Amino acid sequence: MLSKRVIACLDVRDGRLAKSIKFVDTKDIGDPVEKARAYYLDGLDELVFYDITASSDRRSIMLDVVESVASQVFIPLSVGGGIRSVSDATDLRLAGAEKINVNSAAVQRPALIDECAAAIGNQNVVLSMDVRRVEPTQALPSGYEIVINGGRQPMQMDALAWALDGERRGAGELVVNSIDADGTKEGYEIALTALISSSVRIPVIASGGAGKPEHLHQVLTEGKADAALVASMVHYGEYRVSDLKEYLQRQGLKMRMSW
Amino acid sequence: MTLILDYEAGNLASVKRACKEVGLDAEFCADGDQLRHAERVIFPGVGAAGSAMRSLAHRGLDEALREVILRGVPVLGICLGLQVSLDHSEENDTPTLGLIPGRVRRFNLDRTDLKVPHMGWNEVVPCRPHPVLAGIDPGDEFYFVHAYYTDPKVADCVLARTEYEHSFASAVGYNSYIGTQFHPEKSGRVGLRLLANFAAWDGQC
Repeated sequence: MLSKRVIACLDVRDGRLAKSIKFVDTKDIGDPVEKARAYYLDGLDELVFYDITASSDRRSIMLDVVESVASQVFIPLSVGGGIRSVSDATDLRLAGAEKINVNSAAVQRPALIDECAAAIGNQNVVLSMDVRRVEPTQALPSGYEIVINGGRQPMQMDALAWALDGERRGAGELVVNSIDADGTKEGYEIALTALISSSVRIPVIASGGAGKPEHLHQVLTEGKADAALVASMVHYGEYRVSDLKEYLQRQGLKMRMSW
Repeated sequence: MTLILDYEAGNLASVKRACKEVGLDAEFCADGDQLRHAERVIFPGVGAAGSAMRSLAHRGLDEALREVILRGVPVLGICLGLQVSLDHSEENDTPTLGLIPGRVRRFNLDRTDLKVPHMGWNEVVPCRPHPVLAGIDPGDEFYFVHAYYTDPKVADCVLARTEYEHSFASAVGYNSYIGTQFHPEKSGRVGLRLLANFAAWDGQC
């Protein structure tokens, strides 16, 4: 049977690693290539790079980072941030990204998902969604709303409906990121993750809020997630990837333990 | 020279990078005549069987591949590369290369909690010794992404099996051909080990 995956997310700004707390106040915390290699050697199952560079030469900086990571790290590598077209996606794939993550641009123009799926295959298109909790209304029946542009812009779009639309359009996986939980280290948003995961037939990666190993266990069981995304809990050396996997295995989850 | 078949089917660069990591210098090859001179061939691929077959035929790679296999040149098929090497695929109901007897079927699962494609890390349990699988132990996991699986006609061809509701052939061997349903180039240390074994293999079993 498939193992549950632990995925590390590296936010990259101007070619350096940054950690965002609730999407603001990002600080430089190191070299992304070095970090990626260390996590790979410590048993990481998959890597996600998120480009949060604002400058206009962002594209070439990120392609360089992806290329050097891909030549040293032999696990699936997924890249997101600012992908607006099939050509953005194919450039990243040529640089060595296995999967590409679309987010804001897909919310603004959903056909981007269909186009990327047709060009590089459904299995390589990840729809990443930033979600916040709201009072359920007629327009937002699930009580979860899609936000874009780093969490600043609410879209009056229901998160569950968007997940289903994304799946129908050809997304091969979903990243469900709770912006309420992001950066709090108080645990993933379990109800949101379980709601989406039990409604789609594609894998769901839970994101936002991980602070303790117990949080990963909870989202991989109660939250029904296929994979758990971690960031600051490993970036600052509080936990090692191998510690997390050993803990999860001891709790009875199937994990990849030989690497 | 080791050649990686280039027929517009997916991410060849990651295969080349992983080969380089184990000291195997490989070049891309999109031409049948060039392929005839190969000493070793890697046949990767992701995508759909129908378009892959058209693309192989268009470049004359299908006939050249048959010829090098008859000469006993070691060939490694990966994922779709392996799948189109059997006789027939249910994907687009496609007649395929017929290098290995058998058929390719779609996962048709009863359990609703299991997702298709089968994507992620899963155990590969060797069931027959083979030089390319040396050092791969039961419990070692490899990275998979696929919705179809191979069903070889000859049981002796099945070198390793993997469970996903039911057991399927995750590594297949036939003379100088070995194929893996998983992606060794994305499977960490054990994947690199398999590629290193392939780099050293003379095509004999």
